[in-house]
Amino acid sequence: MDKTEEKLEQWCSAQGIQFKDAAAEEAYKKRTRRLADAIQLKVPDRVPIAPLVTFFAPNYVGLTPEEAMYDLDKAYAAYKQTALDFEWDTAFSHLIAFPGQWLEAFDYKQLKWPGHGVPSNRTYQFIEGEYMKADEYDAFFADPSDFLMRTYLPRISGVLAPLQMLPPLRMVLPYYLGLMFMFGVAGAMGIAGALESVVKAIDAFAKHSASTAAFGQELASLGFPAIFGGMTQAPFDTIGDSLRGTQGIMLDMYRQPDKLQKALDLILPDAIQMGLISASISPSPTVFIPLHKGPMGFMSLEQFKTFYWPTLHKLMLALIDQGLVPMPFIEADYTDRLEIISAIPKGKAIYWFERSDIFKAKEVLGDRVCIKGNVPSALLCTGTPDEVKAYCKKLIDVVGKGGGLIVDGDIGIADEAKPENVRAMTDFVKEYGVYR
Amino acid sequence: MANDLANTLADLKEKEALEMVRKRLDAGEDPLGILDDARRGMEIVGKRFENSEYFIPDLVYSGEILKDITEMVKPKMTKDIEVKRLGKVVMGTVAGDIHDIGKDIVVFMLDVNGFEVYDLGVDVPAQEFVDKLRETGSTVVGLSGFLTLAFDSMKTTVDAIKAAGLRDKVKVMIGGGQIDEAVQRHTGADAYGVNAMAGVSLAKEWLGGAQ
Repeated sequence: MDKTEEKLEQWCSAQGIQFKDAAAEEAYKKRTRRLADAIQLKVPDRVPIAPLVTFFAPNYVGLTPEEAMYDLDKAYAAYKQTALDFEWDTAFSHLIAFPGQWLEAFDYKQLKWPGHGVPSNRTYQFIEGEYMKADEYDAFFADPSDFLMRTYLPRISGVLAPLQMLPPLRMVLPYYLGLMFMFGVAGAMGIAGALESVVKAIDAFAKHSASTAAFGQELASLGFPAIFGGMTQAPFDTIGDSLRGTQGIMLDMYRQPDKLQKALDLILPDAIQMGLISASISPSPTVFIPLHKGPMGFMSLEQFKTFYWPTLHKLMLALIDQGLVPMPFIEADYTDRLEIISAIPKGKAIYWFERSDIFKAKEVLGDRVCIKGNVPSALLCTGTPDEVKAYCKKLIDVVGKGGGLIVDGDIGIADEAKPENVRAMTDFVKEYGVYR
Repeated sequence: MANDLANTLADLKEKEALEMVRKRLDAGEDPLGILDDARRGMEIVGKRFENSEYFIPDLVYSGEILKDITEMVKPKMTKDIEVKRLGKVVMGTVAGDIHDIGKDIVVFMLDVNGFEVYDLGVDVPAQEFVDKLRETGSTVVGLSGFLTLAFDSMKTTVDAIKAAGLRDKVKVMIGGGQIDEAVQRHTGADAYGVNAMAGVSLAKEWLGGAQ
């Protein structure tokens, strides 16, 4: 057994889970086996349906996104009811809905969320910006941690702004007064206040983590495995999303390609670590990687091959090396770069496609990687149950042929999806997706 | 010499383009001629984008080079540019959505192609679109949206245009991450565009701006 098989078998064995009853145990084992078979390109008993859900669950029970982000108990109740009503092959405890208290405690600038910049009944939205300026690559290279602590963090968090007044941490060293000097400056600069806010944030997050873990265990005990395990990011997206912004990193490709490349290579080991650590504290062997800035239209094929793919590729291979299953969420359209991304060991990854030609994807890389997706949000939100079923039929007939398909919405279940359409999708896949 | 700037800009040769502009300004050339060449360069960029030779980063980069050229030329301008405008377009990202990159690129391409664009920004309430259409007399409005919540916001905006009695006088185009024909039908828009050039083509079609 190779490492991937080992980890998947571990997942299927359901070791350590206290099931509610025998039926739940059977359901859990059937579901994990179904997903594991799909991942390894074996033919499962039927096509799995394992959708991602953000605010569909709160909307489904009449909870606003704001309530979901601030009241974890209410949020969990919403996700639990959704799980029990639809009975997919997975259920969600990760709650992509970040805890509102944590965001507030940090006075976090990179997000607007319900009640804070967007209406309470709408989803959160990312605020891009040049949190690292074009001429700051050298400062970043000279001492990445120092740059992050004293320049980057103050820009993305209101309460951490005082950190920019500190001298570099290495000033603790000179003479034996360096340490006292550091703390003296910290006192004068009001760092204590910043640290108090950090404690609040840590508190909020600790609560969130503990209850998320407990909720995950509850869902497991009810028979639902988590398709969502660890999480990490393509280095190009880390720089593009969090440091330079979309326009910034696009200009960097032309104006300072060498520095951009150096930054990508610098970040790669951290991206790998993030994937490994987050997977190690999760019950599922998958690693979710949302891909943002490399689709058709957002960069040429050449730029994709030069800047986007190499570090992403190395990241996925490093995860596979440890038996983990990378699950890149391939946003927008990758149809012209399917060949490039097909360079992956067979049966060890899930490629989740949004707007790519998923039928072409089956042709190009269906024999190497399990495909997830891609019922269109437009259909789930504005279409009819019959239209949804027709699309699912084509998905199952073509992409599900011989296995290798996990059904999901193109972006998961859209927040505004009509429940009757989600019902139609679920019931149809369970019935029509059986492999005879 | 005149053609070189247009092609140099279109080929995204930033240093050469700016050097050319410096030389021409130092030689006392009319800044309007330089801007005209720059605009022709942007038209070439637009065509390459249409042909899928160029992509968004190329638009962004060419836009930056154009900005730099404009900055260099502005101090030498003796009078304001009077550019003949092909027509008016109102643009905005719909209520509830704060994404702007796609919208900004469409605004940019429309402007470069000779349209007078009224950019309302992001998270724009339906009534604001209606008010701007009335105020400017524009007959084309572009609605941008990236999130799935935009579907209903776009529908609400089209309904507001109807309620104001403007629907038959105005053409509505929509675009953004999740937009397709199904969404267009749902919203009641006249057309949807899959990229910035589609927005320009639609504006040209509706405002008769074909050169």
